[in-house]
Amino acid sequence: MSHVDPSAPLEGKPTKESERNLKRESRTQLVSFIFMIFITSTAFLTVASDIVPTGFAIPFILLLASIQVIMQLYVFMHMNHGSRWINVMMWAGLFVAAMTVAALMILIGVTKY
Amino acid sequence: MANEAIQPNVLPQNPEKATLEGRNKYLGFWFFLGGETVLFASLFGTYLGLRNSYDGGPGPQDLFHLDLVFIMTMLLLTSSLTSVFAVINMKKGNFKKMLTWMWGTVILGLGFLGFEIYEFVVYYDQGLGYTVSAFASSFYTLVGTHGAHVTFGIAWIITLLIRYRKTGLTLANAPKFNTAVLYWHFIDVVWVFIFTVVYLLGVGG
Repeated sequence: MSHVDPSAPLEGKPTKESERNLKRESRTQLVSFIFMIFITSTAFLTVASDIVPTGFAIPFILLLASIQVIMQLYVFMHMNHGSRWINVMMWAGLFVAAMTVAALMILIGVTKY
Repeated sequence: MANEAIQPNVLPQNPEKATLEGRNKYLGFWFFLGGETVLFASLFGTYLGLRNSYDGGPGPQDLFHLDLVFIMTMLLLTSSLTSVFAVINMKKGNFKKMLTWMWGTVILGLGFLGFEIYEFVVYYDQGLGYTVSAFASSFYTLVGTHGAHVTFGIAWIITLLIRYRKTGLTLANAPKFNTAVLYWHFIDVVWVFIFTVVYLLGVGG
């Protein structure tokens, strides 16, 4: 393995295969983006219009937010293409985050200041 | 893939992960993001616990305007897409196009930040000072911490764009751009929860 100067500009061209993959990738990303716009608009419309009852609206928009976050992590941020430690760390973070939110809500939400 | 030799006439498939340093940065940055998740969770939990404690001050239904929040959400979501295209162009070897997409991200981010500052000024004029109520403090702390992240992200990306405006893509700067883009996506992830939990639940719940 020859040593490459890390500050030298990379002049090489991508292989045909990776060009093809990148083209497909652009399309996937664009479609996901349109889908996320759709989800976001649905969430706003759910709250802005008075048609949807509140009891249904709250879990519904929380579900939409979760879908969008999962899409951000796995499509935009490519969490499935990285090391498995990335997944371990992020899901551990989300797990602790859920505990933190639940604990704080219960602990300080009871007494009103 | 890990020990793939770098050939001069072929662009590495993932220039940001072609060196050990790049791979370490990538892994380390995800560890950082895991920690950031918990930081924001503590602010979300505090806000959710205190969001009904107005103490005579204005509450969410007096303040929040969904149209403004919708525009901000769209700006941030689109800026996430432009940074995705920046990384795709990096992998294609189009360094100039990558820089252009990154400038697009910066401009959209500045637009978002402008709206947020405007929003805070309007709330302040309506009587929502930081110490008015527990709701006010927890709201400003949560949304303000996110705004501080946006500010830092913009400064970070602008620094990279100026520093590397003429160098072309290298094995040293590819990981730096990629890390900044990951940070930017994470800001968008946090905003998804803010607009849902703070604004939509504040108005509708």
